[in-house]
Amino acid sequence: MLIRQPTDIVPSEITSPELFRARRQFLRLGAGAALAGGAGLVGLPAGAAESLPARLSPLSTDEPLTGRKDVLSYNNYYEFGTDKSDPAANAGVMKTRPWEVRVEGLVAKPRTFGIEELLKLAPLEERIYRLRCVEAWSMVVPWIGYSLSALLQQVEPLGSARYVAFDSHYDPAIMLRRPVLDWPYKEGLRLDEAMHPLTLLTLGVYGEVLPNQNGAPVRIVVPWKYGYKSAKSIVRIRVTDTQPATAWNTAAPEEYGFYSNVNPEVDHPRWSQARERRIGDFRKRPTLPFNGYAEQVAGLYQGMDLKRFY
Amino acid sequence: MSVAQRWTPTPGQLSFMKAALFALCLVPLALLVLDWDRDALGANPIEAVAHATGAWTLRFLLITLAITPLRRLTGLHWLLRLRRMLGLFAFAYGVAHLLAYVWLDQYFDWTAIAMDILKRPYITVGFVALVLMTPLALTSNNRMIRQLGGRRWQALHRSVYAIALLGVVHFWWLVKADVLDPLIYAVILAGLLGIRAWWRQQERIRQLSTPPGAPPGRRVIRIAAR
Ligand code: HEM
Repeated sequence: MLIRQPTDIVPSEITSPELFRARRQFLRLGAGAALAGGAGLVGLPAGAAESLPARLSPLSTDEPLTGRKDVLSYNNYYEFGTDKSDPAANAGVMKTRPWEVRVEGLVAKPRTFGIEELLKLAPLEERIYRLRCVEAWSMVVPWIGYSLSALLQQVEPLGSARYVAFDSHYDPAIMLRRPVLDWPYKEGLRLDEAMHPLTLLTLGVYGEVLPNQNGAPVRIVVPWKYGYKSAKSIVRIRVTDTQPATAWNTAAPEEYGFYSNVNPEVDHPRWSQARERRIGDFRKRPTLPFNGYAEQVAGLYQGMDLKRFY
Repeated sequence: MSVAQRWTPTPGQLSFMKAALFALCLVPLALLVLDWDRDALGANPIEAVAHATGAWTLRFLLITLAITPLRRLTGLHWLLRLRRMLGLFAFAYGVAHLLAYVWLDQYFDWTAIAMDILKRPYITVGFVALVLMTPLALTSNNRMIRQLGGRRWQALHRSVYAIALLGVVHFWWLVKADVLDPLIYAVILAGLLGIRAWWRQQERIRQLSTPPGAPPGRRVIRIAAR
C-alpha cells in the first residue's frame, strides 16, 4: 500500500532554540507547580519526581503537550489494574531501584545493564511524540530517553537476528493476578523497527524520571504504533530470529496484530480507528497513517499489505 | 418476615418514599453533571460520562428486576409500587447514555453513528436494547395498562429480560480484555432470572403433583398434555 500522507514533521516544526528555552522553562515551572499542588492527586509521594535534564530532540513535534496531570493519571498499565486511574493509584509500591535489564539472544555481547548505566549510555533527549492508543484517544507526551539502537549497538546483534522481544516486569505480589493477559507482558518489534531512530528507550517524561504508572524505570516508546506496543518496566530484551509472541496478539489475534501500526484504514473489529480524541479536546480528529510518522517509517513496510499485516 | 408482612406504608408514607426514591435516583446524574462542571472526571470526561450513564442504565434495569424476587422473599408487597419509577429511570439513564454517545462522543456525526450501529456488534446490541426499552417506557402508565389489558401488558413487559441480557452482552463485547465487570453484572442477572425460573419450576411441580397412590403413568401423560 502506498502512503500518500505527507509527514507532520516539517522543518518549520523543528523547535527553534528560543522556543526550546521557553518550553524548558514552561516544563520546569509546570512540573514544579504540579508537584507542589497536584502530587497527591496523581498518587505520587511528595518529592518522588527526580528531575532528568535532557536536550530537546529535533524529532519532536511542536503540537501542544497533553497536561502533565493527564499523562500521569490516565494510564493503561494492566498489571496495576484495568481502569485508567488504577496504575497511578497502585503502581507506587513497585521498587525501581536497583533495576537490571538483561539483553541477550542473537547478539555477540549479551549483557546485563543496571538502570544507572542505562541513564548514562547515551545523551538524554526530550522527544515530544504523539501517542495513539488503540482505544481511539491520543496524547502528546514529552518523553526522555535515546534511540533504542544505541543500546542494541552495544550488544552487537548477529547477522541472523530478525526480531527484538521485550519482557516486562511481573511481580504477582503487587500486580494483578487475574490472567487478563498472559503475564508477564511481552512485546516485540522487527529488528529494523527496533533500530529505527524514532524507537525510544525511555527513561523519563515531563522533565523527570518515569513515574511508576508510566512504565518506570525504563520502557520502550514506538510512536507510530498503538500504545500497547510500547512495553513498560522492561527487564529483558531478547534478540531472536523468529517473531516473538506478544501479549495482546496472544490474547486476541484477530483484534491486535504483531505490527499494530496506527492505521485509520484498518478498523479494530469492534470500533473504528479512523478518528481519535486528543485528550483535552472535545471533537475527534482524523487519525493519520503511522500516527503522522509515515515519512519516517512507511519505508519499513514497502510492499507489505498493511491490511493483512495489521 | 411476619414483621415485614405486617408493615405496609400508608398512602402518605408511600408518597414520601416515592419522592425520596426519585431524588435518590437522580443522585448519579447530579454527581456526573457536577463533576463535569468542576472538571473532576479525569483526563477523558466524555468516556467517563459514557461509562457512568451506561453502567447506571444497566444497574437500574437490574434493580427493577430485583423488585419481584425481593417482594416475594420479604413479603413486602408494596415494593411493587416503586418498580415503575425504577424502570423509567433505567430508560432515562439509557437516553442520557445515548445522548452522551451521539452528542459528546460522536458530535452528531450521523454517518459515523449509522456505521457504528450497523458494523459494531456491541453498539448494535446496545441500540436494540434501547429501542426495545422505548415501548416499555411508553406503556408504563395506568392509562396504557388499562388500554392494553393486564395480560398483553405483561407479555410486552417480559421483553425486559431480553433487554437486560442485551445490556450485559453489550458491556461484555465492549471491554478489551478484562471481563470482570460485565461478569459481575452477568452473574447478578443470572441470579435474578434463575430465581424466577426456579420458582416457575416449583410452581409447575406443585401443579403436577398428583394425589398419592395415583399410577405413575398418568403423570407422564399429563406432562405431555401441557
Ligand atoms: C443506542 C444505544 C447505545 C449506544 C450507542 C451505546 C454505546 C456505548 C458506548 C460508546 C460505551 C462506551 C464504550 C467505551 O468507551 O469503552 C458504552 C458503555 C456501556 N453501555 Fe452502552 N450504548 C447503548 C445502549 C446501552 C444500553 C441500553 C445499556 C444498558 C442496558 C448500556 C450499557 C452500557 C454499559 C454497562 C457500558 C459500560 C459502562 C462501564 O464501562 O462501566 N448501553 N455504551
